[in-house]
Amino acid sequence: MKRLDAMRAVYPELEREGRVVVTIMGAVAAELQSIGHRQNFFYLQHAMGLASSLGLGIALSRPEVQVIVFDGDGSVLMNLGGLTTLARYRPRNLVHVVFDNESLLSVGGFPTATSTGSDIAAMARGAGVPLTATVDTINGFQQAFANALGANDLTTMVAKVDAVGPAGFVTDLSLLENRYQFQRHLQHLKDRT
Amino acid sequence: MPVSVSSSRLIYDALKGAGVRIVSALPETWLVHLIRMAEDDPEVILVRLAKEEEGVGISAGAHLAGVKSAMLMQNHGFLASVNGIVSGAQLYRIPLLMLISARGEYGERDPWQTEGGLVTAHVLDALRIPYARLDSGDRVSREIAKALTLAYSASRPVALLLGRDLMWEDA
Repeated sequence: MKRLDAMRAVYPELEREGRVVVTIMGAVAAELQSIGHRQNFFYLQHAMGLASSLGLGIALSRPEVQVIVFDGDGSVLMNLGGLTTLARYRPRNLVHVVFDNESLLSVGGFPTATSTGSDIAAMARGAGVPLTATVDTINGFQQAFANALGANDLTTMVAKVDAVGPAGFVTDLSLLENRYQFQRHLQHLKDRT
Repeated sequence: MPVSVSSSRLIYDALKGAGVRIVSALPETWLVHLIRMAEDDPEVILVRLAKEEEGVGISAGAHLAGVKSAMLMQNHGFLASVNGIVSGAQLYRIPLLMLISARGEYGERDPWQTEGGLVTAHVLDALRIPYARLDSGDRVSREIAKALTLAYSASRPVALLLGRDLMWEDA
């Protein structure tokens, strides 16, 4: 499964009113933008490991907003303790998707520990995340993602994907433009309710 | 444990009065009362962390979502958070309020705290993070309010160093 195809398959769900998407840097951010940027998408282009923590901060602050985090194996491995914090506060409005390509693709493709057997879904379970899944097909991804969105509980789902990505990672959306747009979007959501 | 309850109360009330509603923390001796106060307060969400750098992400998310937050940590926790501060909070112009217990300074009895005491102010300077020291209770409320004002007007991290004379009653 290619990550781009997986994101494309669930893209209509990402655009829904009342949902926000937080992604990690590099290929995930560039690919989602290539499908189409929306004001409810925020791409954390550095601070590796902290996308899930940032998602938790939004989820705790705004229980009425559904937060979707697009994480990666390299980023999760950098903030494994964050899985225990996620599980501890168990935001029911957060869906944690980990695209696991078993490599640090954005910095040259070096293999991560998931290539030698480390299992992120098992670690999430061990951390106390109530719902976990591992999928490796587009249909499986769509189904697991729909289940997670409807579960009303914290899910970490690992999507095993090919180690392929776009040629470049810099897009014409500036980091600060994205940040202020996203903040304003969250404010608008609040004003409307 | 001679950690000052009255100073902790002053700090906590100032945070609350300034509108802080999410507090992230990793336990450290000087911060025990502050953490308990946050835990006992139904109007404040306390997020207990595994590592302090997570707090940068949580505060960034809270800010984007419209909620004021503060981070409670030891200076070694600040040192452990540097990348998140630089490539998260500073890169994205996030106002962060960091309350940092200044361990390893004059009066420190724990040998393992002493190296951190030597470098904390220098690292804050190197990161261009404005900070003030709090060594007595009289300026606590005012300094916390001023720190938050600057954090928001500059959209940048700011810090307050909580000194031994403020936090510890048996100097």
